[in-house]
Formats: sequence, structure tokens, C-alpha cells
Amino acid sequence: MTLLADRTGAAPAALAAAGRGVAVRLDAVVKDYGTRRSTVRALDGITLDVTPGEFVCLVGASGCGKTTLLNVVAGLDEPTGGEVEVAGRTSVMFQEAALFPWLTVRRNVELALQLDGVGRVERRDKALELLTLVQLDGFADRRPHELSGGMRQRVALARSLARQGDVLLMDEPFGALDAMTRDLLHDELERIWSERRPAVLFVTHNVREAVRLADRVVVLSSRPGRIAATFPVDLPRPRRLDDAEVAGLAGTIMQTLRAEVARIGRAVHAGRDTPLAAGDRP
Amino acid sequence: MTLALDAELAGLDALDTVRAGTDGRGRRVWAAAWPKLLAIALALGLWQLVVWTDWKPDYVLPGPVPVLRRFATDLTTLDTWRALATTMRRAGVGFAMATAVGIGIGLAVSRSRVVRSGIGMLITGMQTMPSIAWFPLALVLFQLSEAAILFVVVIGAAPSIANGVIAGIDQVPPLFERAGRTLGATGWRSYRHVVLPAALPSVVAGLKQGWAFAWRSLLAGELIVILADRPSIGVRMQFERDFSDIVGLMSVMLLILVIGVVIDAAVFSTIDRTLRRRRGLLVA
Repeated sequence: MTLLADRTGAAPAALAAAGRGVAVRLDAVVKDYGTRRSTVRALDGITLDVTPGEFVCLVGASGCGKTTLLNVVAGLDEPTGGEVEVAGRTSVMFQEAALFPWLTVRRNVELALQLDGVGRVERRDKALELLTLVQLDGFADRRPHELSGGMRQRVALARSLARQGDVLLMDEPFGALDAMTRDLLHDELERIWSERRPAVLFVTHNVREAVRLADRVVVLSSRPGRIAATFPVDLPRPRRLDDAEVAGLAGTIMQTLRAEVARIGRAVHAGRDTPLAAGDRP
Repeated sequence: MTLALDAELAGLDALDTVRAGTDGRGRRVWAAAWPKLLAIALALGLWQLVVWTDWKPDYVLPGPVPVLRRFATDLTTLDTWRALATTMRRAGVGFAMATAVGIGIGLAVSRSRVVRSGIGMLITGMQTMPSIAWFPLALVLFQLSEAAILFVVVIGAAPSIANGVIAGIDQVPPLFERAGRTLGATGWRSYRHVVLPAALPSVVAGLKQGWAFAWRSLLAGELIVILADRPSIGVRMQFERDFSDIVGLMSVMLLILVIGVVIDAAVFSTIDRTLRRRRGLLVA
């Protein structure tokens, strides 16, 4: 296994990947969890390319390794096997905003810049500019606990953008929000993405959301996580969650997902050694 | 479309962040003060009641009025202030040393979870040790000297402070560390920007408890280690007892109590409340 890119900063190998027009390249990525005696395979041979500026959504039932895959790309987790290449640097958004409660909204965004070595005056201006982008400049001096969940996620988005990452990794970022806020944030994310064009790898269990946002929807099967199917989304933007085309494609994808879950169910019924507890792997 | 989105977002934000008006400063101070004043009045009343029952004669258990009167006169004498200066200097030096030692040990131990749980147990054990039990050893090691007093103050207070640091670092949410890593905070930068700020409320709680232990150890020390040319609060207590001046003795005790409470309230509780309010951990 080789890791070509230094995922906390741009590295020469990363530039090589960029030269081939790939933002993220996963080649037969395997990830095992567990002790030496018994391991569980979370990811099994994931091969996936994301081109620069592309918006890719990963969907799957629980336990399909979506989050594991994102962690591997983010460099928060090392793959057991296979190759991961990232052109440039990544920034990550979690389901929880994970803002630091001891800093104001502005200082939270500034911290990303400070860790990047940006000077004091410049990072102040830059942070306000990013907060303006997510339309929260009026809340710069508030504390995170004073904001709603949706506003915190927008601050987290501003903080992610502060890293000027070429790849934005999002782990169910809107999963904990109410439907109306989520709908607005879809519009907001789409607007910012079309302005800045980072490559996005967006994990969700909400198929409709995936079709609403993505250029391409990748369906993962569960335990171990494998790519079950890929659906290009050739629908014009801006899209709406309740567009007939969006609903139609989401329905098709949902059928694939349900077939996957049923396959596991049948395996359990047959009493065969299920892939759920794949013990004693080398 | 973009304008509509702007308006929608702004509307939602406004609905989500309604701020209740706060009371004026005077009202807030009064709201915080009256339960405390009432408690003091109750304590003094109870004391007076016990005196009125004639359980003990006046010269053994005086009432609050003569003691408070004596307290007021004591505060006007130079002797009191000189004694106070010695004691507060020792408290300051001892607490500063305890803070350095406690934070040093806390940080050293916190690097690994295994060491943390192992040493953590030892430190808790040290905490349960009464500081007075250290004196025989301190006197052998340092004789009758300032060093003996400081030794006991430090060994009394440092474990609480170390425990505060360890507990604080133990409780840092893993999500914060992960978020920090994705922003490039690794190694000591993760400590500096994520772990330590996140642990700060617990560190302050440790300091607060450490202060209480330091103050207790110090007064115990001053009663045992009496240095001839150095008047201190402890020495004064000893004197008043030797002369059977119980009003004077209780006046000094009152002084000790007041200092302990004032420092806790003015320094540690204030910092604690400020930290927690900023982080949204304080209700109302």
C-alpha cells in the first residue's frame, strides 16, 4: 500500500494526481477493523475517481462504511490496503458542526486560517469574508451556543472553506437538521459549490438529498462496503428536492439500496456465515 | 432566486436566535446577593441563639456581637495587617508552586490514557491524605522553617490541581480533536488550540479546589511551625488561645473564613462562571 498524497497539505505526488485530472483517486481500498484475532472488513476494494469540481454523493444503508471511506480520504484513518490519492488538501464537515465553544464564530473560522499560517490582520478580513459568504457576518461575535443547528453548520462550512481545500468531505452534514433548514442549506451549498467549485464527496443516507445535490450518486453495499452501483445525475441545476425527475431517480436508486439490504437479509435467513461477522480474517 | 434565498436564510436565522432581554445590573447583583446575605444572617442568628441558652459561659463562647466588634477593631491595627501580609505571601507562593507542580504533573500524565488512569489513582490517594499528617515528615525534612510550611501547602494543593488537568483532558470530546486535525492542528498545536482550551473549565475547577486545600494546609502549618520573628495569622491564633482571649481567637477565625470565601468568590468562581457562560454551559 502506498499513500501518495500528504493529505494535510499539498505534496508533489498530489500534483501528479491533479495533472491527470483527478481530485480523489481510490484504488482497491480495503479497511479492516478489529483485533488481530477477529477483524471486520469495513471497506472491500473500493475503486472510485472524483474529478476536480465534481459533486459526488455516497449513499448506503447503515454499516456500509460511508464514514470510514470519508475518514480514509481525510487522512483521519489509514487504509489497510489499496491506494488513496488526493490532489491538494481536504477539508471536512461532520454531522455535528464541531465548532469550538470557547471561541466566537469569527475566531472559529480564523483558527483554520491561523493554523494555516495566515497573519493576524489578513485572517480577520478573510474570516469575515467567509462568514459573509454563508450570510452569517452579522453573527461574527456571537458564540456557537447562541446559534441554531443550521447556522452552526454554515459556520462549519465557512471554516472548511477557510482551508481552501480542493476537496470538501462532508459526512451527513445536514442529517440532524429540520426539513426546512436542510432545504435552504441545499440551495446554499449548491450556490457556494458553483462559485468555488471544490470537488465534493458527500455522505448521506438520504437518497433524495443525494440526487438533489450530486453530479453522480455512488451506492455502497453493506458489510463489507463495496460499490454496488453508480448513477450519473444529468438533471439541470438548480434542482429542487420535490422535482419529479429528482424523485424518479431517487426511487430507482432506492430500489437498488433495498435490494442490497434484502440480499443481506436473505443471507441471515439462510443461516449462512453472514458477511456481518466476518471473523478470523488474516 | 439568490435574493429570495438570502431573505429566507435571514428570516430563519432571526427566528432561531431570539434573545431574551436581561435585567439591569442592580437587579442582577441583588438577585445574586440576597440568598447569601440571608444565609449569613441565619448563621449569626443561630450562633446568638446558642449563646442565649447559656450553654457555656460568655468567656468560653462569646456571641456574634462582641466578636464582630473585635473583628472591626482588629482590622484597624497594624499587627493584623503585618500578620496577614506574612500569611498571604505564604499562601501566594505556596499556591503558585502548587499550581506549577500540579499542572506539570497533570500535563505529563495526560499524554497517555494508561498512565492517566494509573497515576490518577495515586493522585486521588494523595488527595485523601490530611495535610496535617504530612507535618511530622515535613519537620524532619525541613526543620521549623518556611520551607516546611510551603512543602505541606504544595503537597496539599498540587494533587487537586493535577487531577483537574487530567480530568479535563480526559473529557475533551474526541470530535473536537478530530475537527482540529482536519484543520491542521496536530501534535502540540492540537494541545495548544484544542485540548487545553477544551480542558480549561476542569483545570479551573482543580485550581479552585487546590486553593481550598492550600489555605487549609497553610493555617494548619502556621499553628505548628511558629517562627519567632514572623507574626502570622496562625501565630495570632496561638497567642489568643494562650491568653484565653476567646473573642480575639474567634475574630481571627472569622478573618480566616472571610479570606477563604472572598478569594474563592472573587477569583475562582468568577473565572469559572465567565468560562461557562461563554461556552453556553450556564443556565440563565
